[in-house]
Amino acid sequence: MSALQSFRETAREWLEVNCPPSMRTPMVQDEIVWGGRQAQFKNPDSKLWLQRMAAKGWTCPTWPSDYGGGGLSVDQAMVLGQEMARIGARPALTSFGVSMLGPVLLQYGNDQQKAEHIPKIVRGEIRWCQGYSEPGSGSDLASLKTRAERQGDHYLINGSKVWTSYADKADWIFCLVRTDLDVPKHSGISFILFDMASEGITTRPIQLISGSSPFCETFFDNVRVPVSNLVGQLNDGWTIAKRLLQHERTMISGFGLADSQADRGGTTSVLASPEKAAMKYRGDREKLSDPVLRDHIARFKIDSEAFSLTSHRAVEESKQAQGPNTTSSMLKYYGCELNKRRYELLLQAIGSQSLGWEGEGFNDDELRIAREWLRSKANSIEGGTAEVQLNIVAKRVLGLPDILSLLNK
Amino acid sequence: MGLVLTQEQQLLRDAAKNFCTQHAPVSVLRHLRDSADSVGYDQALWQQMVELGWPGMAISETFGGFDFGYSGLGIVLEECGRTLLSSPLIASVLLGAAAINRLGTSAQKKELLPKIVSGELILAFAHDEGPVHRPGTIATTANRQAEHYVLEGRKCFVLDGHMAQKILVVARTSGATDELCGRSVFVIHADQSGVSVHRTQMVDSRNCANVVLKNVVVGQESQLGGAEISPQDLDLVLDTARIGLSAEMLGSALEVFERTVDYLKQREQFGVLIGSFQALQHRAAIMYSELELCRSAVLAALAALDDPQRSANDIARLASISKAKLSETAELVSNEGVQMHGGIGMTDEFDIGFFLKRARVAQQFLGDASFHRDRYATLNQF
Repeated sequence: MSALQSFRETAREWLEVNCPPSMRTPMVQDEIVWGGRQAQFKNPDSKLWLQRMAAKGWTCPTWPSDYGGGGLSVDQAMVLGQEMARIGARPALTSFGVSMLGPVLLQYGNDQQKAEHIPKIVRGEIRWCQGYSEPGSGSDLASLKTRAERQGDHYLINGSKVWTSYADKADWIFCLVRTDLDVPKHSGISFILFDMASEGITTRPIQLISGSSPFCETFFDNVRVPVSNLVGQLNDGWTIAKRLLQHERTMISGFGLADSQADRGGTTSVLASPEKAAMKYRGDREKLSDPVLRDHIARFKIDSEAFSLTSHRAVEESKQAQGPNTTSSMLKYYGCELNKRRYELLLQAIGSQSLGWEGEGFNDDELRIAREWLRSKANSIEGGTAEVQLNIVAKRVLGLPDILSLLNK
Repeated sequence: MGLVLTQEQQLLRDAAKNFCTQHAPVSVLRHLRDSADSVGYDQALWQQMVELGWPGMAISETFGGFDFGYSGLGIVLEECGRTLLSSPLIASVLLGAAAINRLGTSAQKKELLPKIVSGELILAFAHDEGPVHRPGTIATTANRQAEHYVLEGRKCFVLDGHMAQKILVVARTSGATDELCGRSVFVIHADQSGVSVHRTQMVDSRNCANVVLKNVVVGQESQLGGAEISPQDLDLVLDTARIGLSAEMLGSALEVFERTVDYLKQREQFGVLIGSFQALQHRAAIMYSELELCRSAVLAALAALDDPQRSANDIARLASISKAKLSETAELVSNEGVQMHGGIGMTDEFDIGFFLKRARVAQQFLGDASFHRDRYATLNQF
């Protein structure tokens, strides 16, 4: 028996014993475990499941065991993923610490920073949020203005961030700040971590077209942060910022994968598939009666399958390259467009019944579709707009000349 | 899952790429066209391809082949697509050999397959009867008369039909014209009495033929498999060819795309390289994305052909995904290739036009994007 095969059997046995039955059912939105100081466990099994997985380090399977991670190889982690999928196990922990901060902290952080933060991410003890966008800095992120001024052994931070997901619920923030005003914009940015309980921080939730949202505005008024919280070199934060964005894109591009819909608390009913919804709302039995809609749905599904194969191929290819590669921009672009197409097709499939806002006359699934359709419009804006992704593909993958550097000459 | 090439497959790709770029660039096809070559492909070149073992790539060693699988043949076809190499690979090897392999009796395989591998036998596959691929509809008949069958009908767009020594004819041995059951495949000699073959000049210079069958008498032994074929089996033959053709289309589309991106980095207007314009950059990036999806679809479909665990339904879905995706993307990329090259792209002297022409013929062959989306929906029960 190969080593991988024996790992599979060990993992299978362990999951069999340790994964509670209610954790083997499809995830529901309000039972997603985000961890943190104020962690809430609506289902007590969620807490047990997190503790057991965290004790093995399997919430972050490939991270080094020195810092509490699972210490698994990429192949072993894939096997673990397959075994979890086999029994329909829910993710034990969903967090920006796991999907975004952790990988770059392991790459760029110093020993002390890793020892302090990584184990708490693995165990879900600290919930992180991302301080990137600012009111004046969206696609042109590097123009950000939040200042960090050195004062002895502290930085004094002033400014504001926007689209800070769950800032009102997070314990710590990883934040981009300007540390030098006299150099080109990319060269004066630093990457810094601080406690959201610090004096001088206020947050305000943002209402979206789809209703309430996790997004916040975040304001910093003379926030004192120890100098030792700066990650990597002073003024070299842009390198870390870009690397983290690759991880973020990889995460968001997953929204286009049909089999990941359940993971993000999306629809798992008959309404999950446009063709089934279309037939149901038309009373069709064997064949969808609207030939134009049928053709559009077929095209969407073909693209989705080819996209899913491409995501798998990217995983195979990145095994050699370690971490996300340049295809992350392409996948982010395409995955988000696919998810938007999916919701537009669902509206066509369900007709006016998909356009209720609240109250009588609509079931929960129908009401949810309307909100999710509106929310999906942000997919191609957050984490770098579709246009920014296409710019990156043109420049980095295709090697086309950069008009901005021509203009700035 | 076969989404990344093995080392052995990478070596094969490098060898195929070297051969095609050095011995069979687009200028070879241009010469065939300009000299109104009666054969339609370069016979010396074909002989070299035979020596490289390409016709036997997906044929088992039992019948003289090399057991490299359809994944191997697909790699070769992709490289052939890059230089628009005209050869019997599609008609004789992909369609002809696949039909014999899937449908033939062991005696028929033993007789025919080794000759395909050695290049001495060129086959054509006569299926379509109209300008649009409609595999459900076959009007050509084969009536049993004592120990013989008598074939009557018209076949069109028979790829390499003017060159083949033998033609595989799909004909109806029972049932009505649009019935899925009742079809058989017969191996006939191209020069036998009652068979008339008329070459057609197509825009891609690769050329097909119309085949008229009048009172063509063949023995029972010429019926592939000695019986009517099931709809699933005939689908499997067509799907094999659709997947292989998709691999060729992928090569052509990638080549047009790469040539076009290179041009964007060379051509200056308004004092800058036109590749610095965002309007062109985004269109190029979208084409790149579509081509990445195409590559995944083709690799997965080829791997499925080589995987005995995969069901015919799996293969059918992957074949339709590939052919639909490649047909759409070939159209997009070949059109953008001409547009982005501007005036020079419209000149015959420049090669891009050859790719545009080949793309459209390949799109139609064995079902266009619309055909395969419809089929995909049916296979998925909606």
